[in-house]
Amino acid sequence: MTEELIIAGFGGQGVLSMGKILAYSGVMADQEVAWFPSYGPEMRGGTANVTVILSESRISSPVLNEYDTAIILNQQSMDKFEHAVKPGGVLIYDPNGIVHPPKRTDINIYKIEGTLIAAELGNVKTFNMVVLGAYLKAKPVVQIESVKKGLEKSLPARHHKLIPMNLEAIEKGYQGLELVHAAV
Amino acid sequence: MGELKLMKGNEVIAEAAIRCGCDGYFGYPITPQSEIMETLMEREPWNETGMVVLQAESEVASVHMLYGAAGSGKKVMTSSSSPGISLMAEGISYLAGAELPCLIVNVQRGGPGLGTIQPSQADYWQSTKGGGHGDYRLIVLAPSSVQEMNDFVELGFQLAFKYRNPAMILTDGVIGQMMEKVVLSDYIPRLKDEEIEEKYGSWITSGRKNSRSRHVITSLELDSGRMELNNIRFQEKYAKMEEDEVLYEEIQCEDAEYLIVAFGSSARICQKAVDVARAKGIKVGLLRPITLFPFPKEPIAALAKQVKGMLVVEMNAGQMVEDVQLAAGCSIPVKYYGRLGGIVPSPGEVVEALEQKLIGG
Repeated sequence: MTEELIIAGFGGQGVLSMGKILAYSGVMADQEVAWFPSYGPEMRGGTANVTVILSESRISSPVLNEYDTAIILNQQSMDKFEHAVKPGGVLIYDPNGIVHPPKRTDINIYKIEGTLIAAELGNVKTFNMVVLGAYLKAKPVVQIESVKKGLEKSLPARHHKLIPMNLEAIEKGYQGLELVHAAV
Repeated sequence: MGELKLMKGNEVIAEAAIRCGCDGYFGYPITPQSEIMETLMEREPWNETGMVVLQAESEVASVHMLYGAAGSGKKVMTSSSSPGISLMAEGISYLAGAELPCLIVNVQRGGPGLGTIQPSQADYWQSTKGGGHGDYRLIVLAPSSVQEMNDFVELGFQLAFKYRNPAMILTDGVIGQMMEKVVLSDYIPRLKDEEIEEKYGSWITSGRKNSRSRHVITSLELDSGRMELNNIRFQEKYAKMEEDEVLYEEIQCEDAEYLIVAFGSSARICQKAVDVARAKGIKVGLLRPITLFPFPKEPIAALAKQVKGMLVVEMNAGQMVEDVQLAAGCSIPVKYYGRLGGIVPSPGEVVEALEQKLIGG
């Protein structure tokens, strides 16, 4: 099994760290992983995306032109990556900030009210973990147990007190995933 | 057995330097390789192994600090990205001329000039054919994974000391910024001064002892007769490297009718392209030069007798393709495909280029 994923949104949404936690979770589950960020002069507010690949076997290219799954968190990324999902693949988006929802009919489209759920949780910074939870519902590529270990591994010890809150956000996201359109 | 980690290529260079018993790092920050010095500064190896980490006032200063420290037989390195390496070019020529072992890491970005901070392989010629003035060669290693970023630090030092010649790790923003699993090397203790004296006492400038003659480290030789002898000695050294140190990887070449040649991050992209093309029924293989100098001429010449054509894929306007053409000869077409200015080609583009430039044409 190989999962080729792009997570794309604004800088500051936690796109890169979400990818990193997923990559660590893959390591904890003894998978091969690659994490390749777009890097550039842009910071908070600019576009940010990261490719994460989880696989049972040796990973070839970290640079891809089509993906099994796209997690899309702003309109620019929708414009750029909707067409890069493989037929039959998965697109997950947060409708907040999306003006033109995805139109493809040959892929599975889900939405997650990540911004809303994070606000309800009382900490907007948990947004990326809500989205991660939603992703794991649609694509159970790693066990929640591995994600927990991944969080422990990727967060410095002084932030370990935040892990329960992050796990709660993942759980809320897991429950909050909605199917918009099934591939035909 | 080493420690398994998930790390960025750049961070791994720093970690590998500490672990291989490196004595000193001198550098100046530049994207996309700043994590090398950042990681070193965070790790504070001066407390752990005694390794010196120094942010110099410029790249020019860094490379000359390298010259001085290498002259004392210490295991020392620097790193930069393309424009910074150009600033170091004079010093690199002097290092080669004075036969000083050291390691230089170039995490390439697009040029010319300040160019872009995005990945590129446009410094192939600069690294393999000179860069600075004079007839000299660097040993050039091109890692294509984060694991090789770890492995090539110690390998680079070993080759540098074996030949008393600067070695370079030529990589780019893709491998530098990417995180992968890596098994870090076990610690090798730094050499003690007595050990350095024992190993390299015949040439280092470590303070003249009464028992020996004065050592002078210089690239200057005003007597042309003697300078020619120096040059001949260098050339013999480079020829020996070509004989003994060539490294490359062949992937799915056994039954290949077509061959892609690519190094570093391009080779990773092409590996995927090979899988995609094979799924379409195209019998294609990949040859990945690991040492860019010495260049794997012989395996390419051998494959030229087997395949119908070669495609060289590189993130520049066509540099390594000239070396592949020289090695392959004129019996088969050798074409080039690449992207410029920091744009990284996708596996899909490579397959398309293969179909259009070789199979269709």
